[in-house]
Amino acid sequence: MRKIVSVFTLIALVSFVSCTSDSTDDSDQSQTDDFDRGAMLINWADNIIIPSYEAFDVESKALDAAAKAFTQNPDATNLDLLRDAWQAAYINFQHVELFDIGKAEELRYSYRLNTYPTDTEEINSSIENGDYNLALPSLVDSQGFPALDYLLYGLADTDAELLDFYTTNPKAANYKQYLTDVTGSMAQLTATVLADWNNSFRGSFVSNTSSSASGSVDKLANDYIFYYEKLLRAGKVGIPAGIFSNEVLPKKVEAYYRGDLSKTLLLEALTATQNFFNGKAYPGGASGASFKAYLDYLNTIKNSSDLSALINAQFEAARAKANALNNSFVVQIETNNDALLETYNELQRNTILLKIDMLQALDISVDYVDADGD
Amino acid sequence: MRSSISKYLNTNTEAAPLAVFRILFGLMMLLSIIRFWANGWIKKLYLDPDFHFSFYGFSWVQPLGNFTYIIFIVCALAALGIALGYRYRLSVLLFFLSFTYIELMDKTTYLNHYYFITCLSFLMLFLEGGAYFSLDAYRKKKTFSRIPKWNIDSIKLLLGIVYFYAGLAKLNSDWLLHAMPLKIWLPSKYDLPFLGDLMQQEWVHYSFSWFGAIYDLSIPFLLLYKPTRKLGFFLVVIFHVLTRVLFPIGMFPFIMIVSALIFFDAGFHKKIIAFLSKAFQIKPLASDTAASRTCARPALFAVGLFFVIQLLLPWRYVLYPGELFWTEEGYRFSWRVMLMEKAGYAQFKVVDQVSGKNFYVDNSDFLTPFQEKQMSTQPDFILEYAQYLAAHFTAQGHKNLAVYVESYVALNGRLSQPYINPTVNLLEEERSFKPKTFILPFNDAIQGL
Repeated sequence: MRKIVSVFTLIALVSFVSCTSDSTDDSDQSQTDDFDRGAMLINWADNIIIPSYEAFDVESKALDAAAKAFTQNPDATNLDLLRDAWQAAYINFQHVELFDIGKAEELRYSYRLNTYPTDTEEINSSIENGDYNLALPSLVDSQGFPALDYLLYGLADTDAELLDFYTTNPKAANYKQYLTDVTGSMAQLTATVLADWNNSFRGSFVSNTSSSASGSVDKLANDYIFYYEKLLRAGKVGIPAGIFSNEVLPKKVEAYYRGDLSKTLLLEALTATQNFFNGKAYPGGASGASFKAYLDYLNTIKNSSDLSALINAQFEAARAKANALNNSFVVQIETNNDALLETYNELQRNTILLKIDMLQALDISVDYVDADGD
Repeated sequence: MRSSISKYLNTNTEAAPLAVFRILFGLMMLLSIIRFWANGWIKKLYLDPDFHFSFYGFSWVQPLGNFTYIIFIVCALAALGIALGYRYRLSVLLFFLSFTYIELMDKTTYLNHYYFITCLSFLMLFLEGGAYFSLDAYRKKKTFSRIPKWNIDSIKLLLGIVYFYAGLAKLNSDWLLHAMPLKIWLPSKYDLPFLGDLMQQEWVHYSFSWFGAIYDLSIPFLLLYKPTRKLGFFLVVIFHVLTRVLFPIGMFPFIMIVSALIFFDAGFHKKIIAFLSKAFQIKPLASDTAASRTCARPALFAVGLFFVIQLLLPWRYVLYPGELFWTEEGYRFSWRVMLMEKAGYAQFKVVDQVSGKNFYVDNSDFLTPFQEKQMSTQPDFILEYAQYLAAHFTAQGHKNLAVYVESYVALNGRLSQPYINPTVNLLEEERSFKPKTFILPFNDAIQGL
């Protein structure tokens, strides 16, 4: 009898240990191995993510102020000022769009600020009725930068005609209201996300060094690659260039109505993703712990090819192709879509390096199910 | 020879070990199914996806909508029936059929330990599991305390094959000389209490690799040989608990630990039964002195054939050209466990052959992340998916289609390289067991078995 009891006690004991150990939250666990993931999370949060949001918070408030100034006095000068503020904010936004985590994820922040092509019919009918709620998921594609793109560049062919919508048009008051509602919600969403980072989220983010799928490194790595693959590679280049359709789709270019901003936005987004990869502080400065440093550390164990160098070289190759493009991808598609396709191909090569090679090296899993590794 | 075989087949032994095995197996399976359901995996794996990857020849096995839950209920009740020994053979049959049906619904979820359960439950069909300490015995008021010796030996043999073949599969250069894929997996367990720092050490990766191989090869013999049995069982517990801590392998470690109890002497199992009888106040039945023998001669042939297949099937890979880990032709059903870290990326191009127009497919429109992950590294999945895409787009009105794939795979820490020949129209390839010529060569060599 004692034998049975001891065997089953042994089983029960070790089962208990093994069942609990994978759920322990060892947030205060000190990291003593050579690569400190906690330090990487701190570098991400304090030197890249929060400063990026702070900068964009200023830009989005300036954009909202410019929109209010314009609606109070809708003339050509204020339109130009508003357009400038929109452009500056749009470029700056490329540095926060990739951090779809925490409050941003909960609020569907990046979708509300940058889903394109924008739904002009929906915008027009919302303005016509004067009755809309921008928080509704169905209106995600009639707000944010793309909606402003339409409202500031797409309503008419000339600036004079466009200004009429805000002055002599019978629904001018509704146009002005919609414009400031959009900029107001963008500023407010940004302030909410930033406040959350500053209040509580930063702490839980940097302390969640767990290796599980819910750990910060795993989550942000997945978000980062999702952003690069779906929003940058496909959204900015692949989809308009007709990669996923039978025809080219110039209307799906980012900042379509403005026209000549698409290349700038792509290059800025490339810079943001590459800087994040290298752990470079925003807006500039030293590089800290990062994917690159993590890969280099793991490579000292594995002694295989220098993956971080390959990834950086591929970022440069994509940038070189993108630099040669027309400022307007709409024009680029019409004149020489092959150049856009070549840019896509270079971006695609890095998708493979990031999604296969980097994720494999970091051992980040896609999904939570049992697996025995075969 | 012949007489020694028939003499062996007529040898009897105590029924207690098989009864204990039956009870623990049934309970483990019941728990597994409850856990599977509680994790929401029935919905996630079988109801949510639009498309399921089928084993070749089994595409008729599909999830049945909400009736899929019924299959799991049947499976759970059958597991309970096995544990209680209620209509033992019917319970085992229902369990075997329902469990195997579940496994055949989508090969995305294929796991060696699910296959092990299928094999074990098939084998149990032919054993005298209900003879002793079962509801059947109480219903019939007749219990048999003896059963044919081969009943117990066959379970030992199956367990021995699983371990030994898993050990043989580790005898390759990636595992032994490069400590791959443990060198990738272990460092990512940096947050384990006590072990996190050790997991970063290269010598630990090599020790785990070599210990794992030696363990798998020797454990059947350590358990068979009485003087080393306790050491063997101790190692079984340590090994499986460690794998449970390190890897997401669910119930498998516990199933293997309780299965290994079959190697212990009948005296040990009799004590367990005495303990259970006391705990549940079950009065012992007067037992028949004759052995329970319900298995007919054809069934014995079935068991024999089953083991011949078990011994040969893992070697079928030698019939295929190319590196097994790369092509995965003959990889499944061979107890190749935890051998590879493989990641892939596959982008499908749908081409109108007349107009030349083409577009790429967004895999997330059709597959779950888990399905996409499995698809992108396995040629049979890629082919099946390409043909599914063609059927889908043909139904949408597209004509004269060809489907190509641009794919890359990284294996055991090597840099990713092109996987499937991008110039091959996958619609011209047939699903079969023949070597797949559209797989590009693996530009490296892995030595060993």
